[in-house]
Formats: sequence, structure tokens, C-alpha cells
Amino acid sequence: MYEAVSSKPFFVRERPIMTPNDRKFTKTHEWVKTEGAEICVGLTAYAQESLGDVTFIELPSLGKKVTRGKGCCVIESVKAASDIYAPSSGEISSVNKALDGKPELINTDPYGVAWVFKIKDYAASDLDALMDAAAYDAFVESQQ
Amino acid sequence: MKKTIFYDTHIKLGAKMAPFGGYDMPIQYEGIIAEHRYTRTAATLFDTCHMGEFLIEGAQACTDLETIVSCDVSVLQPGKCKYGFLCNPEGGVIDDLIIYRLSPESFFLVVNASTADADFSWISGHLSAATSRRNLSQETAKIDLQGPHSAKIACMLLNKTITELSYYSFTHVPYKAAPLLISRTGYTGELGFELYLDAPRALTFWNEAMELGAKPAGLGARDTLRLEMGFPLYGHELDENRNAAESTFTQAISTTKTFIGSTAVRKNHVTGHMLTGIRLMGRRAARAGDAVFDKDGSLIGAVTSGSFAPTLGYAVALAYVASEKRQPDTAVLVGSDRYRLDGTITTIPFFKNATARKKIADYV
Repeated sequence: MYEAVSSKPFFVRERPIMTPNDRKFTKTHEWVKTEGAEICVGLTAYAQESLGDVTFIELPSLGKKVTRGKGCCVIESVKAASDIYAPSSGEISSVNKALDGKPELINTDPYGVAWVFKIKDYAASDLDALMDAAAYDAFVESQQ
Repeated sequence: MKKTIFYDTHIKLGAKMAPFGGYDMPIQYEGIIAEHRYTRTAATLFDTCHMGEFLIEGAQACTDLETIVSCDVSVLQPGKCKYGFLCNPEGGVIDDLIIYRLSPESFFLVVNASTADADFSWISGHLSAATSRRNLSQETAKIDLQGPHSAKIACMLLNKTITELSYYSFTHVPYKAAPLLISRTGYTGELGFELYLDAPRALTFWNEAMELGAKPAGLGARDTLRLEMGFPLYGHELDENRNAAESTFTQAISTTKTFIGSTAVRKNHVTGHMLTGIRLMGRRAARAGDAVFDKDGSLIGAVTSGSFAPTLGYAVALAYVASEKRQPDTAVLVGSDRYRLDGTITTIPFFKNATARKKIADYV
């Protein structure tokens, strides 16, 4: 066959994003970290990779009552719009305002500065069925 | 699913692939926004081998094509190309195409991938028996080299004569001991070229252009780039049930000659819904199928394409809007059951500083 320019992608990420061990994961690709009386929720590296460049996020309003498994805010990439699902029922106690102006942080630091919202009065039992990092990695692998 | 000759190249470059027009095509490599910006500021390569190419030749070719395509053909000089539509008798658009006049009796037609086979049958069915027709799609590779640095790269790899090309003109230049066809055209709004050649040399050209700084760009960036320019995409802004005149691309439609669909196209010219640009007030995008409402809440149209516009920093949409409701600066609402977005009717192109028509001499 013909010779291609290089055998490696020219933009390979220098350090692949590892799935962190300090939180749990949903089948809809949210991560959930317990922080005292709240849970902090964000999107996984796999989710941001699938979405592509994130261009907009509609954060939930403070005090909004959310239901486990129901969409509670919308995220858009260049190509599509998707829901972010509440991993537990409860009440929105905090949202990450930094994402309003810079939604692309979800692409660059999904497990760090780009957390999305926090839920208080959550149901601890809602978290029982969530996956740990190893189970989530295996789940992502099985989706491909 | 079909693959272009660049399939292995795309995989090695790490592209995300998806079906388009019957082909497995690259949607993005590094990212849509990065590729979009690189096209506006430097130079990118697009694999457009999926598109269809036909050669129509003979003493009757010009007269035949005048009845088949919406734009004027006989006034086209050899070395020039033109954008036009293939219409059905009802004035709907079977496809949009570019027609190149190679010589007085020889024409090269470039059409969309998904419609290429049907186009070829339709065109063949309306040609005189003596007019020869060849579908060259399988043996023709096509690369789009687009962006303000494209002329410099093309000059280094090809021939200085390309600096003499005006917008929508073309020439044949030698490359690796054989000619290729290069036109000063494209789908991004930037200074750029479309190249037609055989597969082995196309792969070589791609690699050599990358060594000179061009980066690959996928169909995702191709779509956001064309949307910022207000260019139509077949299947979204154009289809068989939508009258060609409603697209507002009047330069693609002859006002004088008779062609298939011309009666219906002229009758519809000032009625119905017309293609309209809408600027959204924020980053959230309207999507194809969303409704357009006036400030009183009456339904006045429907969105055909919409996205965040990377160069502009806000979302834009193309929509068919009732002709009496599409005055520039009119406030509208765009949305579905789930959301309503504030927008304003805007003239297209949305992005007004693109380089496609600038003097090449200033860019080499």
C-alpha cells in the first residue's frame, strides 16, 4: 500500500487521563464523589472524549430537586446536545460557575476543576449500585 | 461501507470515523474547534474523495447541460467553474454541483457522494445520444487544501501559475510527472483549492502538504466552517422537496434560460419560505428541526442546520423562514419542546472576514 505520513497520531495525549480511585461511576458516564454531606458530580474522561469539544453547559439552578436517573442539566458539543443525569435524588446545593464561561474545561480536566454540580440531602442507598474505577473501566471497554 | 484511498491515513492519524454519503469518513482528528481554527488561520487538508465526478463531452454537451443544470453554461469560459443545481421538474433540488468547463465541448461535474449514482443516471437520461458521459468517481481522488497558508503550500508543491487563479477558476499543473486539476474553490470560505488527481499522487500530495505545515481536518470542521459562511449542505438546506429559489442562491440560477424545473423555480421566487441566517444570543445551539417563532410566538419557520460557531464565539443557524418575516435584525425565538433560545435574523455569511476572494499575491 501507499506510505502514510507517520505511524502515530500526531496529537497523542502526553498523559492519558486515568480513572480516579476516589469516586464512583454511573453507566451514563457521570462520576460521583462523596464530600461530607454532599456528593460532587462530573463527567468522565470517556464522556468528554465521546462528546468532543464542549461548547455550552446549562447548569441546574440552585435548590432544584433532582431525581436519580433523570436528566438535570444539558451539555452541548459542536455536534450534539446530551443530558447529564442525577446519580442520586436530592437537592442541588452548588454548581460550578467556572463552566459558564469556559465549558471546554470539561475536555481538559474532567475529574478536577470541571466538576459540574453538588447534591445535598442525597440518598446514600442510590450510590450503592454505582461502579468503582475498575468496574467502570471494564464497562467502558465493553461499550467499544 | 465504502472507504476512500485515505482510510489508512485517517486511522494512522487517529481520526474518529463515521459514515457519511456511504463512506467511512473522518469526523475529526485533533478536535473540531482546533481544526476549524487552523483552517481560518493556517491551512488544512480535507479528504473529499467521496464526492462524485463526471465527464460530459461532445458537440451537444453544452446545449444538453443548459437544460440539465440551473446555472448558465454557455457563457462559462474554459478554465472557469460555476456553482449550480440539478432540479427536478417541480423545482426541487436533486443535487448541488460545480461545473468545470475544460474546453468548449468538455465539462467536468462535481457532485455530492450520497447522490452521485442517482445524479449520473438523471444526467445521462437527459443527454443527447451523441454526448459522451463517464462517471469518473472511482478513479478520481480529491483533496481540498484550505486556509490562508494554502496558496504558499500549493506554490511550493506545484507551480507558481496557481497564483494567477481567480476565485472559481482552475488550471492543470504538473505534479510528479503528470497533470492534476486544481481549482480555486472550496467549502470553508477561506483562500483555498480543490485538487483532482489519481490515488497514488493524492497520497503523496497529502503527505507533502503535511510536511509543509498543513494539518488534516475532518467533516466536523468542514460543517462548522461552511455554516459560518452560510453555505448550504445537501440534505439539510437543499432537497428534492424544497424549491431551488427558496435557497436564495440566485447566482446559481439563470434568470433567462429554460432548464428542467425553471418554470417552477421562477414561479416560486418571491413566495414561500426563504433560507435565512439566525444569530443566537449565546453559545447554546439550535439544531436541525427546531422551530422558529416571531416575537408574538407565531411559528414562522424551521431550522435546517445549527451549531456553535467557533470563529464567532456564539451559535448560528440556517433556517427556512416565511419571506415576509425575515427582515435583518428581527428578533426571533428558536427552539423545541425543551428550550427556547433568543435569536436575531442576520445576513449571511455570518463570518464576514474570510479570505476566499482575497488576492493570492498577498498570501504567498
